[in-house]
Amino acid sequence: MEIRIKHAALAAALLFGASGAQAQLKIAYIDPLSGAFANVGEAGLKHFQAMAEEINAAGGVNGQKLEIVGYDNKVSPQEALNQLKRVIDDGIRFITQGNSSAVAGALIEAVNRHNERNPGKEVLYLNYAAVDPAFTNDKCSFWHFRFDANSDMKMEALTTWMAGNQKIKKVYLINQDYSFGQAVRKAAREMLSKKRPDIQIVGDDLHPLGKVSDFSPYVAKMKQAGADTVITGNWGQDMSLLIKAAKDAGLTADFYTYYAGGLGALPAMGESALGHVKQITEWHENVLPSSIEKWSQDFEKKYKTDFYYLRIRTAVQMFAEAAKRAKSNDPKAVGYALEGLRFETPTGEVEMRKQDHQLIQPLYLSTVQRMAAKGGPKEVKYDVEDTGFGFKTDAKLEASTSAQPTSCKMTRP
Amino acid sequence: MDFLLVQVLNSISYGLLLFMLASGLTIVFSLMGVLNFAHASFYMLGAYFAYQISRWIGFWPALVLAPLAVGALGMAVERFALRRAHKYGHVAELLFTFGLAYLIEEATHLVWGRSAVPYRVPPDLDGPLFSIMGTQYPMYRGFMMLIAVAMLVSIGLVLKKTRIGLVIQAALTHPETVEALGHDVPRVFMLVFGGGVALAGLAGVIGGNAFVTDPGMAAALGPIVFVIVVVGGMGSLGGAFIASLMIGFIQTFAVSLDWGLFGYNISQVAPVLPYLVMVLMLIVRPKGLMGTREG
Repeated sequence: MEIRIKHAALAAALLFGASGAQAQLKIAYIDPLSGAFANVGEAGLKHFQAMAEEINAAGGVNGQKLEIVGYDNKVSPQEALNQLKRVIDDGIRFITQGNSSAVAGALIEAVNRHNERNPGKEVLYLNYAAVDPAFTNDKCSFWHFRFDANSDMKMEALTTWMAGNQKIKKVYLINQDYSFGQAVRKAAREMLSKKRPDIQIVGDDLHPLGKVSDFSPYVAKMKQAGADTVITGNWGQDMSLLIKAAKDAGLTADFYTYYAGGLGALPAMGESALGHVKQITEWHENVLPSSIEKWSQDFEKKYKTDFYYLRIRTAVQMFAEAAKRAKSNDPKAVGYALEGLRFETPTGEVEMRKQDHQLIQPLYLSTVQRMAAKGGPKEVKYDVEDTGFGFKTDAKLEASTSAQPTSCKMTRP
Repeated sequence: MDFLLVQVLNSISYGLLLFMLASGLTIVFSLMGVLNFAHASFYMLGAYFAYQISRWIGFWPALVLAPLAVGALGMAVERFALRRAHKYGHVAELLFTFGLAYLIEEATHLVWGRSAVPYRVPPDLDGPLFSIMGTQYPMYRGFMMLIAVAMLVSIGLVLKKTRIGLVIQAALTHPETVEALGHDVPRVFMLVFGGGVALAGLAGVIGGNAFVTDPGMAAALGPIVFVIVVVGGMGSLGGAFIASLMIGFIQTFAVSLDWGLFGYNISQVAPVLPYLVMVLMLIVRPKGLMGTREG
């Protein structure tokens, strides 16, 4: 009996091998797939899946097919660690995550610990959206690679552009009271005082994350202070409600945001964002002409969601390129090959900086406008989430503009 | 001075919205003894229904139809589910409404998706009502206050002055006697529950476009409504009214006054202050401002 089973297993192995399909190369996507942020998590997953499909159509990664496996972390650090255990038990050695720096921080620590204790079974972490600067500074790790510009880099780009705008005199800061919001506030203060000491910071509010339903008292303060510009790292409801309250009170200040184009933001803000809400991102759909214009429209049709994350495309392509160069799908080898890797993207050349594993890439400052088909400027060819509103580029900030020195002292395996 | 005036108006309008939301909860509690955890979910349903109806036939019909639809749904819930749970006591009821809240949230995910829907203030009400030294006061906020006050007055009149109001009040304390007099008490309860959640639905119609209509809206306002009901006194409409305004003022003025406290700015913790008030109230005066029941 036992022998027969062995034979069967052998036969199966032979068959499997003979058909040419090798074991799949898997990336675990650990992000919210249920609960309040599930829409954001699902959109990210679709981006990854589309990229895996494209890589596979071109022959896969060193002959292996790439597969993305979703794990739901409910945006909770604790849940993310549980899922990481499952991922490791399932034998998956590459993970990716993006929503919330609190989750990312927990994952980095857990990955470091695991890799130290299990040489030969290391896990590599591709971070596509968690922007706490610490991850590429004092908390940097060989096993972590960040493909989004961190919040200091985005602020550097924002303030560089603001420094040249003499109309800006009085700036008001409003942020969510947690590590990310505090990082935005600190960077804004430091960089503005260096680049434009004449700018007054007329207000600086922190409010609890996701607890404010009526922002009109904050807006009344902005009016009172005479703010002409507001800088905010707010996302989700905290941003939509802020912008709506500002419009209701007739506040005409410009809003410099990180996430005005995030999923669900424009449908919620609608007209109230028109003309005075800006975002700093690595990409939006009206970065034209673009080598991926048709590709992104095909993506939208097929997956029923906007192509928002250029950085996911870049992350998967650079991952595949690094594996190809290393001639190995082993996390350690891929990690070494990713270090210092330069790569051509639709917005220009990017580099995965060796010292701290931070991707250095161009950024765009853009403003909400009506789309061309609805009477807006002709540059706004595509709208966001069928709202009739899209983004118009104000400026492209080259990769070197936002690059920041790092305090990272990387230890390599 | 103008700043102060604007903030006073902001406090009142936010307080009145909270009152709209809390009034239904407190009425249902005072008349039926049911603490409805799913109350904020009916608020959310009101907003989604209004969004859907206003897409088909406009905002004004939605203002009437959406609360009616929510009320009808509430009656069905009472008639076919809550009434059964009622037999097994208050814990069963509590757990039932708790589960119901989750069900409603998942159902809205299925029907309207997980993102915010573009539910907008109607053009007739979009724009400033008046402006004080450059700060506009939105017309829609004025409309919100109007509806809330109209609601308070009409609920008061129905409960105190009409025959059905008398029956409802009598059914609360002496259900057997009312039944013996030939009134259908379970039906009265069904109407009260439906009416209570219809009020939440109305608040949703008004609040959904003033703020954001998304699946998180029930969770965002749910806890604060309980604060109001507890602070105002379980089951007291007048208490809920005072507590709503109080919370509106506390939150608004904590934001506008930049007072430092132990190295923290008070505006930083403004949205959490109502919970502090609730805890203090429970310690000092557990029945609330105007409550009649203990706890």
